[in-house]
Amino acid sequence: MGSLGVRFLLLAVAACTLMVVDHRTSRLQPVREALSFVVYPVQMLVDAPPRAWRWARTSLAERRALLAENERLKREQLHASAKLLRLEALEAENRRLRELLDSTERLADRVLVAEILAVDMDPYRQRFNVNRGRLDGVYVGQALLDANGIVGQIVNVAPMTSEAVLITDADHAVPVIVTRNGLRTIAVGTGDSGRLRLPYLTNSSDIEVGDLLLSSGLGGVFPAGYPVGRVIEVRRRPGQSFADVIAEPAAALDRQREVLLVWTGDEELPGLAGGGRGAADDAEPRGAETDGGAPAVDAATTDADAPAPAADADASAPTRLADAGGAP
Amino acid sequence: MLSLCAAFLLAALPLPQSIVAFKPDWVALTLIYWTLTAPPAFGLLSALLIGLVLDTLTGALLGQHALGLLLLVYVCSRFRLRLRAFPVVQSTMVVAALLAANEFLLLWIDGIAGRTVPIGERWLPIASGTLLWLLVWSTFDRGREHAPARL
Repeated sequence: MGSLGVRFLLLAVAACTLMVVDHRTSRLQPVREALSFVVYPVQMLVDAPPRAWRWARTSLAERRALLAENERLKREQLHASAKLLRLEALEAENRRLRELLDSTERLADRVLVAEILAVDMDPYRQRFNVNRGRLDGVYVGQALLDANGIVGQIVNVAPMTSEAVLITDADHAVPVIVTRNGLRTIAVGTGDSGRLRLPYLTNSSDIEVGDLLLSSGLGGVFPAGYPVGRVIEVRRRPGQSFADVIAEPAAALDRQREVLLVWTGDEELPGLAGGGRGAADDAEPRGAETDGGAPAVDAATTDADAPAPAADADASAPTRLADAGGAP
Repeated sequence: MLSLCAAFLLAALPLPQSIVAFKPDWVALTLIYWTLTAPPAFGLLSALLIGLVLDTLTGALLGQHALGLLLLVYVCSRFRLRLRAFPVVQSTMVVAALLAANEFLLLWIDGIAGRTVPIGERWLPIASGTLLWLLVWSTFDRGREHAPARL
């Protein structure tokens, strides 16, 4: 039985080494990818029943229900396109004003719809898999949105799938800006998919219940100007220097089925700063503004108009942000 | 082997929010069972590999579940004969201790790696796993009492 113990020790040391290497470096990415091929059938198989159920429900739906839905969607489409018209006018106006201010144009983000796989991961962490991987151009750190706001970001990419973390994961933080007054802070996850915490606000800071939080884009991961959440509770305790501020995520974190992967084109930001519109910038130097980079390249995916100007580190931004970002 | 695949599927199966905390560690239970009943089925190396697959599935650190399963299989195969001779209650207690050790190891590694995890609900999978073991072992044990134990 001695050899059993020796083998156990050796393998345990191997496991520990793996963990340390995996924790400190990203050198084990190929191993993870190789293993993901083993895991992929499991994920697909587990996801199959819900998928089949949805398919059955849509294909066996009644004609009447479909007609009604069609009617409703047409009406919504009409509303949406009317709104879009106004938005286009606003956007043109915004562009003109920005040209007057010599600041850069907000680039249109490229998006791709991804489906969440109904696969349970570690129940203690807020993670999930989506059915898009490196073959679709997904990269680590990519932002995920839904129709209402920011959902999370990609932390691991396999060829066919990728792993994402919700903004409410206890290890996740997202830089936000309060639309009402431009206050910048950080929203931290709590591990509960209905709550975000804003731990870095002092008792004297100007924050109220109902304040809308937008992503500020400061972290460089999330595009600026998308809704993150709304403050639902503010507690100021005299004995403490920081207030307890709780926000509710804007995105339907535990209900949605489909999410949007966003390419912001910010990766090119450092190299291309001031590139396209350099002449105007040089003529009248404005050091405070950071350039938004080149327009994103479109490749076979839908185009979402960005709802807000890139106003990352700009103190005069809040009002404009509030106008364009769908504030109340 | 089939049961192992089933265990992986069960581990990945999404459960309603209300009972997800009770989800037992299917893979660990399957490994314990087969190590006790059919020893050559899983060696230490296969425990390591299975653990790595489980790590990928759950998005944990590579090696985290592997270490836990290694420990389980090692203890089970080291004391296999003794564990098999135990009456149901006693073996259930040992399995509970093993599951708890596994869970503690996972929690500990999470702590070292700086990942924030809630601690309060961690004992629920141990309880449900132990209960499951009690059911399975008492059912299958009855049949085996008549057959001579393999040495």
